[in-house]
Amino acid sequence: MEKFEILESGMVPLTIENVDTDQIIPARFLKATDRKGFGENLFRDWRFTNDNQAKDFVLNNDAYDGKILVAGNNFGCGSSREHAAWALADYGFKVVVSSFFADIFKGNALNNGILPIQVSPDELQAIFRAIDNNHTAQAVVDLDAQQFRINEAGIAISFEINAYKKMCLINGYDDIDYLLSQNEAITAFEQNRS
Amino acid sequence: MKKTLFDKVWDSHVVSSVENGPDILYIDKHLIHEVTSPQAFNVLEEKEIPLFRPNQVVATADHNVPTENQHLPIQDALSRKQVTQLSKNCEQYGVTLYGLGHPYQGIVHVIGPELGVTQPGMTMVCGDSHTSTHGAFGTIAFGIGTSQVAQVFASQCVLVAKPKSMRVTVSGDLHPDVQPKDVVLYIIAKLGTDAGTGYFVEFAGSVFEQMSMEGRMTVCNMSIEMGARGGMIAPDQTTFDYVSGREFAPKDEALEQKISFWKTLPTDEGARFDLEHHFDAADIRPMITYGTNPGMGIKISESIPESDDASFIKSLQYMGLKAGSRLLHMPISHVFIGSCTNSRIEDFRAAAKYVEGKQKSPNVSALIVPGSQQVAKQIVAEGLDRVFEEAGFVLRQPGCSACLAMNDDKIPAEAYCVSTSNRNFEGRQGQGARTLLASPVTAAAAAVAGKIVDVSQQ
Repeated sequence: MEKFEILESGMVPLTIENVDTDQIIPARFLKATDRKGFGENLFRDWRFTNDNQAKDFVLNNDAYDGKILVAGNNFGCGSSREHAAWALADYGFKVVVSSFFADIFKGNALNNGILPIQVSPDELQAIFRAIDNNHTAQAVVDLDAQQFRINEAGIAISFEINAYKKMCLINGYDDIDYLLSQNEAITAFEQNRS
Repeated sequence: MKKTLFDKVWDSHVVSSVENGPDILYIDKHLIHEVTSPQAFNVLEEKEIPLFRPNQVVATADHNVPTENQHLPIQDALSRKQVTQLSKNCEQYGVTLYGLGHPYQGIVHVIGPELGVTQPGMTMVCGDSHTSTHGAFGTIAFGIGTSQVAQVFASQCVLVAKPKSMRVTVSGDLHPDVQPKDVVLYIIAKLGTDAGTGYFVEFAGSVFEQMSMEGRMTVCNMSIEMGARGGMIAPDQTTFDYVSGREFAPKDEALEQKISFWKTLPTDEGARFDLEHHFDAADIRPMITYGTNPGMGIKISESIPESDDASFIKSLQYMGLKAGSRLLHMPISHVFIGSCTNSRIEDFRAAAKYVEGKQKSPNVSALIVPGSQQVAKQIVAEGLDRVFEEAGFVLRQPGCSACLAMNDDKIPAEAYCVSTSNRNFEGRQGQGARTLLASPVTAAAAAVAGKIVDVSQQ
């Protein structure tokens, strides 16, 4: 996994609430056997008509650009498909900001180097307003300091992240390597319970 | 200390805890399918590591399989590749596979319980959010992403922080026309789609105590639709009777020993939950959804609520429905009875009982998709196939089918489909399709009438 360093970027606002993973990547695109190329079909049915014409959707709006997706409440609900996180990462998003994330999506994002930042509903509205005022407003995500800032709008938000997950993101560690290092403890656990 | 059912199962599976981090949770059974496993097998390949405990993994092909002519090669090249890849991977890593053509093949959350793989007190995971289904047995069962599938392959464990606990109690007597699906749609409508996020839910109270195992599975299946990672119901005699005699269930003395252990699992009197909700069973009536998330549900007799919320308005636009209007008597063109929520034999018995001697409306196409080969066989053994066929319903072969429309079973754009599945998301059953979630009886009644009816008013 890539290391997460300080990110300075523009933001893409998606004000819709309860965005489910079927919207992020529709099921008909889950037939691949590798992790590549899902970005092309990110939000496919909101982005394009059936004959591939661009729809009026924020990803098609040149006014917005950046590696930070700012989304409405309860982002990533529904299916456990990790393809949703792969699609966001492949498209170029490194951070998703919302007032609430679904559990499985949150875990999947973290396992793919995407930082989910949970803010309060009021803070989320303030961020949407800041982007509305200046479509190219720049945000700074400082993971080490656990801070999200939009300096020009005077926004500075401290966010929570599990200490272990923070360490993994900063160092680019995968959970699987940690679990492999616990092989002896796991084997001992199995023997004790049988 | 007084413990909940959830605490007892969780705590006994913690190998250790990462400092300031998640628990290493040991997983007893790992179910896999063709869509969310290939990239996890690739991780084993890339890292050149073995599959740690192949005997604790069970595989089937369900999400992406056709429901016609399963004896022939799959026509869609990508689907065929994915299913073939699963067979190759299972063979290479020594995993038991119930693939197409096998008498045990079926939807992963239908076959686990029916084969006795699912047992009380276990921890189970699968790369599918509806793994919560298995919680009906007093099992901690939850969906995971593909990176975690790889972790379980590598270590038989997942790294996960212990969720908070919630109890949803439904007491009193249900109206005779109310189905388990109505109970869970009612709970989600009351609490909302994100109410359970961060929690594991225990469903308790007389309604669940009196419910069959298959009904309990329907309820736990939809825990994820209120955001909860999983739902559980305390194991009792109903559970023990269901498990006993199944293919992979313990037998004889081993079973007796297990049952005495399973009896220790229910929540201790006075154990504390982080959150409690109570509902009166008598208030529940047949339910239906009108929007694009499962929390947007009403009693069939009620009107669609009004709201000026932008996401709500967008949702009704997609559905082609108006706030304040009623769904009762609204014409529909499609009915789907199937999915891991409602594709077990009791679901088809209930639907067939309603349909017997009636004809489907000529304007409706009605699809029946059993959850497994064993369910399909039972449908025939009980003569339900004739009931459905004589009424004009189409009976297909097992798979996830039109629940997520990865195969050819798609609902056309703008068509209304009364579906027994679990999600009414935009495009879930096909691009532009409009899904109305309901019970198998409500779905069967809609197929017959060609419109939405309230079976409790007939």
